[in-house]
Amino acid sequence: MSATFVGMPAFPTAAREALADSQLRHNLAHATGTIRAKRAKVVEEVPDWEELRLAGAALKERALLDLDAQLVRLEETLTANGATVHWARDAAEANAIVATIAKQHAAEEVVKVKSMVTQEIGLNEALAEEGIAAWETDLAELIVQLGDDLPSHILVPAIHRNRAEIREIFLRKMAAAGRPAPADLTDEPAVLAAAAREHLREKFLRAKVGISGANFAVAETGTLVVVESEGNGRMCLTLPEVLVSVVGIEKVVAQWDDLGPMLRLLPRSSTGERMNPYTSMWSGISPGDGPQEVHVVLLDNGRTRALADEVGRQALRCIRCSACLNVCPVYERTGGHAYGSVYPGPIGAILNPLLRGVGHDDQIDSLPYASSLCGACFEVCPVRIDIPSVLVDQRAQVVDAHRAVSWRSVPKPEAAAMKGAAYVLGRSRRLSLVERLTGLGVGLARRFGLTAWTGARDLPEAPAESFRAWWERTDGGRDASGNDAVDPAGPDEDLRKGDL
Amino acid sequence: MTDARTEILARVREALAGSTVESAEAHPETGRASEVEPVETPPSHAPVVDLFAERVADYRAVVERCSAAELADRIAAALPEGPVVVPPGLGIDVPGAVVDDGTLTAADLDRIAAVVTAARVGIAETGTIVLDHGLDQGRRAISLVPDTHVCIVREDQIVPDVPDAVALLDPTHPLTWISGPSATSDIELDRVEGVHGPRTLHVLITPAE
Ligand code: SF4
Repeated sequence: MSATFVGMPAFPTAAREALADSQLRHNLAHATGTIRAKRAKVVEEVPDWEELRLAGAALKERALLDLDAQLVRLEETLTANGATVHWARDAAEANAIVATIAKQHAAEEVVKVKSMVTQEIGLNEALAEEGIAAWETDLAELIVQLGDDLPSHILVPAIHRNRAEIREIFLRKMAAAGRPAPADLTDEPAVLAAAAREHLREKFLRAKVGISGANFAVAETGTLVVVESEGNGRMCLTLPEVLVSVVGIEKVVAQWDDLGPMLRLLPRSSTGERMNPYTSMWSGISPGDGPQEVHVVLLDNGRTRALADEVGRQALRCIRCSACLNVCPVYERTGGHAYGSVYPGPIGAILNPLLRGVGHDDQIDSLPYASSLCGACFEVCPVRIDIPSVLVDQRAQVVDAHRAVSWRSVPKPEAAAMKGAAYVLGRSRRLSLVERLTGLGVGLARRFGLTAWTGARDLPEAPAESFRAWWERTDGGRDASGNDAVDPAGPDEDLRKGDL
Repeated sequence: MTDARTEILARVREALAGSTVESAEAHPETGRASEVEPVETPPSHAPVVDLFAERVADYRAVVERCSAAELADRIAAALPEGPVVVPPGLGIDVPGAVVDDGTLTAADLDRIAAVVTAARVGIAETGTIVLDHGLDQGRRAISLVPDTHVCIVREDQIVPDVPDAVALLDPTHPLTWISGPSATSDIELDRVEGVHGPRTLHVLITPAE
């Protein structure tokens, strides 16, 4: 398995394959629809949700704009609490640090809490090369790992597998990894979960080294926070003698009180619960309680590159809640694998190019185009990352990068189109003006090509009436008499939430 | 070759050249955390306690309210068959229970059926219990490995919402926030109670002493 998705085809090709998989589409539609509804319900309960989003965005932004000082502070407080702090410029350095610690303790295996960042750096594979088995302990990650598969969703990584497939995987693969699945295993979720409990418990009880990421790192107090559901996190953070946490440098928040708003925002946005079942917080070493050797690896791996991008740096506020995936019409239809990265969906479409740079890899360069710019992701984002604006800016950067290497300085048709989109989406008045001209634009596009664009998309007929005009005329469809003039989810969907 | 720390910090400074924290403040979309209005505290504490009980029960935890005098009986009734462990400073006699002296291994704890602990804070809005692993709660492992967790929360420990709890908690302690029994929705999004943490959470709410 390659966690770095090496050799993934560019998004349009991968997406076309995913679209042809009807089981995948069914699972995805069910999952995203269910989580969407749960989220909406618990967000509605919070009267100050919009202020809370502002607070969340502001406190993350302030930490990022003061990141050097915050990181130095975090290092100081962690060290004072008895933790050992390591710094890693890239994946290879981080992996080497973790492997060295594991070897110092003669560990042949480690237990892991689900963590995006260790997938990003390919830690499991790196440890395997050193002869160390890394066991994923989150149920979904276990399914993915045993199935020799790739995660497809941040929150529910095995969302592309149904219960019958999971039973199959457990029966076939558990024995080789440890305690086998019971022979009478059924495909009831409760029975499958119980099999995972038994399988993993022996690993928790004997593990010497635990590995985690962190959802937040508090500079003021030297505290790391892990948010989870199943209790596998608590096991990994509590039972081993040694704990190593790999933490992206963007996870830092300045002060203890910042956890108040963040812990109100994250669970509601993520699993659609008022609070997730378990959150663990630890500040270095607690004598007589939990691991007595605690390491923290602060990882860059492209984050400073993203930080240098003034438009894109807001992506570093991301708290990986996955709300943007669940509302994304593109993600809902293609799933996570088509993005070719551990960070799928709208956030992946901006984060991967920001972390790794554009202009050298077609797969990455295709990601900023994996969107209809509908704006739903921005609306749900608990830290108000304006993903559509960053997407448009990234598209322009992709085009510039390609133009720089081409001997002809003729922009691709998308280049002109995207520069235009950035301008149009910037102001609602311009948007409504352009809507009236859409018929003209579509006609021109048909006439002059844009074949790469339309090859993977059906170029719609221009509607007789724009969405915004329809909305005004029918009061958002509440006026039943006028609601059949145009389908509101029709061709104008691309623009409908742009700047309303 | 410069070391990773020096280089990362230099890259950060270079990336931020020209940006200051003040540019965040100037950004119209951002407000300070402290600008968030605290959720209104009801005039009486009773609705907060009621909400806490309701919200904990929403997670399919067992919730009971009882007087201090009834506590010992309710604990006994809540415990399953099998060995029980209690923290060193629980302050309530649980007959037959092993008092944790810090020497029980994870494997020992795996043979224990239940644990009884106190709590540090209860959060009404989210139905959350927070342990700070003081002497009446014990080290983290004892409330994790046994399959049943009986947790006693005093009414005066219950606060309205998350920021109120954050303000009370001491980050020098390890903290465990518990909202219902362990759960997963990883298989077709069916919620299943109990994967690795205690599969039964039994909460006893008692009046302040
Ligand atoms: S970009 Fe926003 S909505 Fe998407 S995962 Fe990150 S925090 Fe959540």
